[in-house]
Amino acid sequence: MEQEHIQISNPILQLKDVSISYSPGKNAVKNVSADIARNKITAIMGPSGCGKSTLLRAINRMHELYPDIKIMGEILLDGKNILKMNPMEVRRMAGMVFQRPNPFPTMSIFDNVVAGYKLNGISLGKSEKEEIVERCLTNVGLWNEVKDSLFKKGTFLSGGQQQRLCIARALALKPDVLLMDEPTSALDPIATNRIEELLLDLKNEFSIVIVTHNMSQAARISDYSMFMYLGELVEYDTTQTMFTNPKDKRTNEYLSGQFG
Amino acid sequence: MSSLRYRTIKDKIFFYCVCGLSSLTVIPLFAIIWELIRKGYKQINWSFFTETAPSTLDAMLARGTGDIIPGGIANGILGTLLMVAIASVIAIPVGIMVGIHLSEHPKTKFSNATRFITDLIQGSPSIVIGIIAYAWVVKPLGGYSAFAGSVSLAIMMIPLIVRSTEETLKMLPGSLKEAGLALGSSYTNVILRVLLPSAFGGLFTGILLAVSRVMGETAPLMLTALGSTAINWNVMEPTSAVPLLIWEFYNDPNLIDMIWSSSLFLLILVLSLNLIAKHIAKKWKIQ
Repeated sequence: MEQEHIQISNPILQLKDVSISYSPGKNAVKNVSADIARNKITAIMGPSGCGKSTLLRAINRMHELYPDIKIMGEILLDGKNILKMNPMEVRRMAGMVFQRPNPFPTMSIFDNVVAGYKLNGISLGKSEKEEIVERCLTNVGLWNEVKDSLFKKGTFLSGGQQQRLCIARALALKPDVLLMDEPTSALDPIATNRIEELLLDLKNEFSIVIVTHNMSQAARISDYSMFMYLGELVEYDTTQTMFTNPKDKRTNEYLSGQFG
Repeated sequence: MSSLRYRTIKDKIFFYCVCGLSSLTVIPLFAIIWELIRKGYKQINWSFFTETAPSTLDAMLARGTGDIIPGGIANGILGTLLMVAIASVIAIPVGIMVGIHLSEHPKTKFSNATRFITDLIQGSPSIVIGIIAYAWVVKPLGGYSAFAGSVSLAIMMIPLIVRSTEETLKMLPGSLKEAGLALGSSYTNVILRVLLPSAFGGLFTGILLAVSRVMGETAPLMLTALGSTAINWNVMEPTSAVPLLIWEFYNDPNLIDMIWSSSLFLLILVLSLNLIAKHIAKKWKIQ
């Protein structure tokens, strides 16, 4: 097991020897150990099927929807092992944004933003709700675009707007870490650009882990990068080092476009 | 070249066959509606909806003078609405719960057994369901009642609602459930506040179709609700229903003219429910 990955002080997330299997004996993620930095953007790159989404989804225990998936090792969020916590609590601390925008189709834009509170049975006062909605929508740069149609359904928005709404919905719960699973792969370049700028703003307040198979996206926005291949964490370093001076032959080949 | 010509002709013949046979299938519906209107329109007036079924003597007198038969089918209309409403109260929660279970745990042994049994109930002759309701409700309670009728109708509605709920929930994208869970919501809240509202259109359509299906049921009601000549609001008393009245009119030579208007009413009621269901299904289609 190679362990010469970069050291991070005061990490928000610590992965310790994490392996994930979809069926017994076949690991989709193999012995991944890594610390993830606070208030930075960490990108997980790699070709399709390398286990990057699988790893990300383990962090907020999405795998529990599928009982066949087994997770081994430890994942510490702020020092606490999330695999031993109540999954609902974990998911509130680790917000998730998915590949395809998935606002709740029956709820208005307003209700979508505060959906996290509603679904958790937390009742808020009217002014509190309004404050959260305005702050979160401003955070994702959507406030000016939708402030006059807050009570329209979220599904009327464009794809990029919907995705920003989903980010606002995740931010509303003030998560410790924001997990993003290829959040721009279904969006056009302009919408992608907006989201990338947004992430650069958001890292002042949140720690972000983003899965992408778009190398240039990782290069543009991330502070740290992981390269995964066939379930292994091949290389993990600052984005600058990785893109200018990769240590592993496979990383070099991937980044220079020889496969992927 | 001749083979191409031959194929074109074959293609045309096939096309006209398909068109011809499809138009043939709509003829019966229009023929039925036409026949019912032709024979039944005379009887439909205000009192048709507000008065109870006439006695055979009144009808005979009216026939003697050439008048239309007095009275209406108010007792049947109210009985049908009452029994279908109670049946819905029983069948909707049960059907939706079972449907949720089947869509959430599609492959367990219990689900497979449930699905199989639901299909069997759906395929059972309605008279058999009537007999079961007779044995389970009429006998123990000591008499025919609207409630017993409702139970038999509910048994017929449950499988329809179960399957439509299951199918609707299955069509919802998995990302919706994930979105809810990712916010830290409990499983129950995701189902109640995200999945069910998103599936509302499909669920409502299924319920309307189930209602329209049992509205015309006669056999199970003969053994349970029995029928009544007066308007009855007591659910523990024998009660009439539109299809029961049609059967009674048919059996009384003096009242036989009433079957056309009553059938027309029942057909229009059921067809409208179907049309509304179709409209809602279209409007609430899951994107």
